[in-house]
Amino acid sequence: MSDFTSGFWSLYVAGVTLVGIVACALLLMSMSKRRVSTDPEKTAHVWDEDLAEYNNPLPRWWIYLFWITIAFGLAYLVLYPGMGTWAGAWQWTSTGQYQDEMRAAEKVYGPIYQKFSAVDVKTLASDPQAHAAGEKLFLNYCSQCHASDARGGKGFPNLTDDDWLYGGAPETVEQTILNGRNGVMPAWGPVLKDEGVKDVANYVRSLSGLSNDAARAERGKASFATYCVACHGADGKGNQAVGAPNLTDATWLYGSSEATLVETISKGRNNKMPAWKDMLGEARVHVLASYVYSLSHPEAARGATAPGK
Amino acid sequence: MSAFDGDGLEQSLYEVRRKIYPRAVHGSFARWRWSLVFATQLVFYGTAWLQWNGRQALLFDLTARKFYIFGLVFWPQDIVYLTVLLVVSALSLFLFTAIAGRLWCGYACPQTVYTEIFMWIERAIEGDHLSRAKLDRSGASGRKVALKAAKHAAWVAFALWTGFTFVGYFTPIRTLASSVASFSLGPWETFWLLFYSFATYGNAGWMREQVCKYMCPYARFQSAMFDRDTLIITYDPGRGEPRGARARKADPKALGLGDCVDCNICVQVCPTGIDIRKGLQYECIGCAACIDGCDQVMAKMNYAPGLIRYSTENAMQNGWDWKQVVRRVRRPRVLVYTSILAAIVVAAGVALALRSPVKMDVIRDRGTLAREVEGGRIENVYRLQVMNTLETPQRFTLSVHGPAALGELELLTEAQPMQIAPVTTLAVAVRVRAAPGAPRGLQPIEFTLSTPESRIVEKSRFIVP
Repeated sequence: MSDFTSGFWSLYVAGVTLVGIVACALLLMSMSKRRVSTDPEKTAHVWDEDLAEYNNPLPRWWIYLFWITIAFGLAYLVLYPGMGTWAGAWQWTSTGQYQDEMRAAEKVYGPIYQKFSAVDVKTLASDPQAHAAGEKLFLNYCSQCHASDARGGKGFPNLTDDDWLYGGAPETVEQTILNGRNGVMPAWGPVLKDEGVKDVANYVRSLSGLSNDAARAERGKASFATYCVACHGADGKGNQAVGAPNLTDATWLYGSSEATLVETISKGRNNKMPAWKDMLGEARVHVLASYVYSLSHPEAARGATAPGK
Repeated sequence: MSAFDGDGLEQSLYEVRRKIYPRAVHGSFARWRWSLVFATQLVFYGTAWLQWNGRQALLFDLTARKFYIFGLVFWPQDIVYLTVLLVVSALSLFLFTAIAGRLWCGYACPQTVYTEIFMWIERAIEGDHLSRAKLDRSGASGRKVALKAAKHAAWVAFALWTGFTFVGYFTPIRTLASSVASFSLGPWETFWLLFYSFATYGNAGWMREQVCKYMCPYARFQSAMFDRDTLIITYDPGRGEPRGARARKADPKALGLGDCVDCNICVQVCPTGIDIRKGLQYECIGCAACIDGCDQVMAKMNYAPGLIRYSTENAMQNGWDWKQVVRRVRRPRVLVYTSILAAIVVAAGVALALRSPVKMDVIRDRGTLAREVEGGRIENVYRLQVMNTLETPQRFTLSVHGPAALGELELLTEAQPMQIAPVTTLAVAVRVRAAPGAPRGLQPIEFTLSTPESRIVEKSRFIVP
């Protein structure tokens, strides 16, 4: 790998480095001796006629330290990358060091997670050790979107209720974390136009018993049957296979007000949950899934959240 | 600058070290130094083995970031106490130096203490200063090799024990001892153990006065704390000069001599190899070995002791007696140092006594600023990092208070009171709800954590979108 546009710069940097070291050595040699006046107590420096500088020499071992420094520098440049594009005799790279450390860490933590992997998500939810590990993982990787209390926010689902976009079976939760999800609701504005969108919004509000304009809802019902049923179903209860939310309950991902619904319907929504398989690995995701499962199944987690956890 | 006169000589700018063979000395100051050697080393080698509440009494656990000092456990949040300790140490150095010069250097500094111990080993194996110098001058021989080997072996053993003890303050010494016994030390423990052993061996065995002369910054800046009333080790030239050898029975006055018999014992005992009769020099570590040496000779000669003594520049110039010297200790500089020092020690003591055993950090969730929940109420999420610095479990309750505009704040979390295990951190997710119709914007709120003994309040913000 080369960061330079031509081989010249590598040589140039190496040259400057070496010349610098050699110059240091030469300076050290030439400056370690000096002609002094016949009186060894004084240097030959005299100012203002009689102000003489005394000779207060440094200890000899200091100069050895200089030489050691130079030798260290040369050895370093041979072993480590530093001379232009020379990779160093030890082939050290920061990536390599990182990978070594990760391998070492895997040796320590791997067995713990292996032990957890052998247990199914439901059972693992009651393991206090797994619960604590899962909580740490959750706070590190998930709380940014789903909040520390896992109750989510606008656009980020609440994980503590038992209402699921893609299904709350332990295996499904694990799949969601492993592979991520991409929830897409198309923009219906261009098709339905402003009035049509408002009608559908009122119909959707009527599904969960929210206040609505009955005339609009009636008109919206027809559009809903044409455009929305494919995903949300004829009864508006949604479809977990495609992540289409249930519109008849009180849980709203983006909000239930007419204005929010109009925005959702006309502009659509594109919601992404990242895949964690590569970042965390399956073993950690397994523990995380059991933690997430325990959030909505407190009875399954009873053993794990005993007082004084 | 004058022109160079031409007939100079070429000279190295670096000085070859002249090995010093200090002569052993006995006397009251040597006794003081040895008592301090025993006192400091008993504390150093001994404290590591003391137990407290089933753990090491003094342990600096760097990996867990917790310092155990007898009954107290310090967390990184308590860094201010470390700062106070350093400030107190610095001010004490200022104070002692202003009163009596380099007391620290002469009696308590590890460099002095270990050099003293290493020289004692050296003397026990190679003999007194004359035999040591003779041994070094002599050619290679079986006896020389045996003596040197024995000395270095003793030094290395002592140094290893020192390194082991030092590391034992950072990793429990009893575990460390069994790891050493079973050759199962970790790589870093091995490194630091050898590093500190090597530092002890190198500094006390080989470097000695070179450390004080060329490496130690305190040695140099302590002279900035000297004034004309600071007690320093002084040769009294008025009494001593003109110096010269004489018979014990001779009357110095008749010979026109001062009290100095020019025996050179003050130079022979000096660990830094200087002649105190030339006056105060930066090399002088204030060990008072020359005082002990000179007093021995003065006693033999039936002269009054104290030709070399602790005295001040002013006292020397004005011929003050000891009482007048002591009176000058109460001068502004000393009083200012003392009062600042006392104020800091008292303040730190009070702060330590009132230190809250449970701490709390409030971390607002950044991703989720606010959410609307049933009834149009606004909810904010916080993570409270609760730290129990005590070695007993604690129970605590949380509450929240805010301005009237937010209405009655509701705090939702796990069942209260909560329990926190000894010396751990607990993250508690907390939801706070404000009444519907709260005005938009940021509002200051306060979380209160109460334990049966204490109460802490931490500020945060509530966001209404």
